[in-house]
Amino acid sequence: MNNQDININKDYKYGFTTDIESIRAPKGLNEDTIKFISNIKKEPKWMLDWRLKAFKRLKSLKEPNWQKPKYPKINYQDLYYYSAPKSSSDKPKSLDEIDPKILETYKKLGIPLVEQQRLNGIAVDAVFDSVSVATTFKDELTKKGIIFCSISEAIQKHPDLVKKYLGSVIPLSDHYFATLNSAVFTDGSFVYIPPNTRCPMELSTYFRINASETGQFERTLIIADKGSYVSYLEGCTAPMRDENQLHAANVELIALDDAEIKYSTVQNWYPGDKNGVGGIYNFVTKRGACRGKNSKISWTQVETGSAITWKYPSCILQGDNSVGEFYSIAITNNHQKADTGTKMIHLGKNTKSKIISKGISAGFADNTYRGLVDINKKASNSRNYTQCDSLLMGNKCGAHTVPYIKNKNSTSTIEHEATTTKINEEQLYYCNQRGLDQEEAVSLIVNGFCKEVLQQLPMEFAVEAQKLVAISLEGSVG
Amino acid sequence: MLKIKNLKASINEKLILKGLDLDIKVGEVHAIMGPNGSGKSTLANVLSGKNGYETEGEISFDGINLIDLKIEERAQKGMFLAFQYPLEIPGVNTNNFLKTSLNSVRKARGEKALDTLTFLKLIKEKAKELNIDEKFLSRQLNVGFSGGEKKKNEILQMKLLEPKLSILDETDSGLDIDALRVVADGVNSYKNKKNAFLIITHYQRLLDYIKPDYIHVLSAGKIIKTGNADLGKQLEKTGYANLS
Repeated sequence: MNNQDININKDYKYGFTTDIESIRAPKGLNEDTIKFISNIKKEPKWMLDWRLKAFKRLKSLKEPNWQKPKYPKINYQDLYYYSAPKSSSDKPKSLDEIDPKILETYKKLGIPLVEQQRLNGIAVDAVFDSVSVATTFKDELTKKGIIFCSISEAIQKHPDLVKKYLGSVIPLSDHYFATLNSAVFTDGSFVYIPPNTRCPMELSTYFRINASETGQFERTLIIADKGSYVSYLEGCTAPMRDENQLHAANVELIALDDAEIKYSTVQNWYPGDKNGVGGIYNFVTKRGACRGKNSKISWTQVETGSAITWKYPSCILQGDNSVGEFYSIAITNNHQKADTGTKMIHLGKNTKSKIISKGISAGFADNTYRGLVDINKKASNSRNYTQCDSLLMGNKCGAHTVPYIKNKNSTSTIEHEATTTKINEEQLYYCNQRGLDQEEAVSLIVNGFCKEVLQQLPMEFAVEAQKLVAISLEGSVG
Repeated sequence: MLKIKNLKASINEKLILKGLDLDIKVGEVHAIMGPNGSGKSTLANVLSGKNGYETEGEISFDGINLIDLKIEERAQKGMFLAFQYPLEIPGVNTNNFLKTSLNSVRKARGEKALDTLTFLKLIKEKAKELNIDEKFLSRQLNVGFSGGEKKKNEILQMKLLEPKLSILDETDSGLDIDALRVVADGVNSYKNKKNAFLIITHYQRLLDYIKPDYIHVLSAGKIIKTGNADLGKQLEKTGYANLS
């Protein structure tokens, strides 16, 4: 990689500009801040009212504290809720200012230089490929009637869809962090797939102009209308620099009759240093509603970053014959903590759900699978299969499995399997004897352990995710 | 090729090998026989560099002092151990494992890594020589393999990696006569003037198919007798008890 990789074209008027003054709401969580956000986004009144309603509700809610990983109290009045775009003086000037460990990871993942700069929020006065690619993609999508834009744009241009579906899966009053998000969300993605349409490409935030810097309160809404299909990729395998400590995003998915949504996440936010100082609190609410009959929602997540990951991508199986799936890899190393899993709520008849969770702990980390399978009285002939496997590396880490199982229908069945294993010294020895060094051996064994989940990822993502799995565990054995 | 001088090895403070000498030259096949608990597998483990052993004495391999090398470095220098109990690695495709392994060894030898197509062509050839079904290569490594399949897989790996010294740790145990023949044929077809074998076994059986140049009897951590191929046959009649 060298500087020639940057395709400099300063005349292109839609290129990134960095001279915009930073616009920041004053610190603090109050009605003024919310009005400030709504106003700057030129939102209609109904949107502001919705936010204020959430805020009102928030005041009566308490931050939950039942999770396993504890964290210091967050002073919500001491946070900025709107700060975009950040002024160039706040940003690092070049990659020289970035933690060399992160740069090392980029090298191993083969991330292009321009992309590295983008990920770190470095001002890039150049038009790079993804932007023009995005434009081409957008044309193709528009032809099919697919809407793929920022949620702010959708609020302006597609108010009926937003009004109808926003908050319909995660209600305003759901829980503390979700409600907080409803009050102060700054941006995120919006996707609508019209009836009987198969989205011709994997949609990814990467391909959306303005994708970066949506801030700590991201909001995503995806609607798959009858008989449609979409695969959505969130995140990036490269580590992301971010000053925000708390991330409380909301993601809502809605699948109508015969529709299918596949949502894949690779989360690699800053995990803090070796001693557990710093890092992101990744407190995200993700929920999908299989609202129509024969609909399907599939979550796949690879969680390797963040100091604390606390999330349960869930499926509400309302439609008869609907299917919910959850495939998860959660890797915690050093002092990272994860409390993650899913909720499968079976309401319709003949509904099926499948949960495959692979938790890997190394160093001093703690990894909890927590999941709920709830089969309602009316959900006859429904089935769940759950498999939770934990892999421990070393003697100082922990793995916990907390399944909640409720079956209120005698014709329905729930299966739960769980295993905990330590990375096997004999397996490592065998690999070493075949010429593989310790890191190659660990990578091979761990990727084998995660295979069922990695297989669910779209091809190009899977290759990077495999590398990421290995990188996340470097130095954890031996 | 391999020179062992006064090798002592202990595990958990228990002395297993109590001063062992062995000299294996290029082109030779040596067999080590001996009763249970005599230290046969310990010898294989110590040579391969397995963790957990305290050692004393000298081991030189191709003029290099082995004691200071890691397990993978020994493997990369051309030492291969066919395991008595080959390990299962769930989720890892056999072909993928073999390719990773071969390319690690090739890299250490200063050779170019093989791309997938070249590798597949090579592995298919080798599998065919050993009468191994190709389907077996796309299965998870050793998972659900029968005892015989696992051992054949070890021999396949040996032929693929082309080691200088191959140590076979009770490769014949648990094999039916057909599998035994495949293993023996594999060894015989690989044997040449540039490599050497150390075959660890309880029984004469395997030595009916692979003719050793020397047979050593290991007992209580020491080699107590060395002879030619006839020694094995004699042992089969008289047992180990009459030797000491």
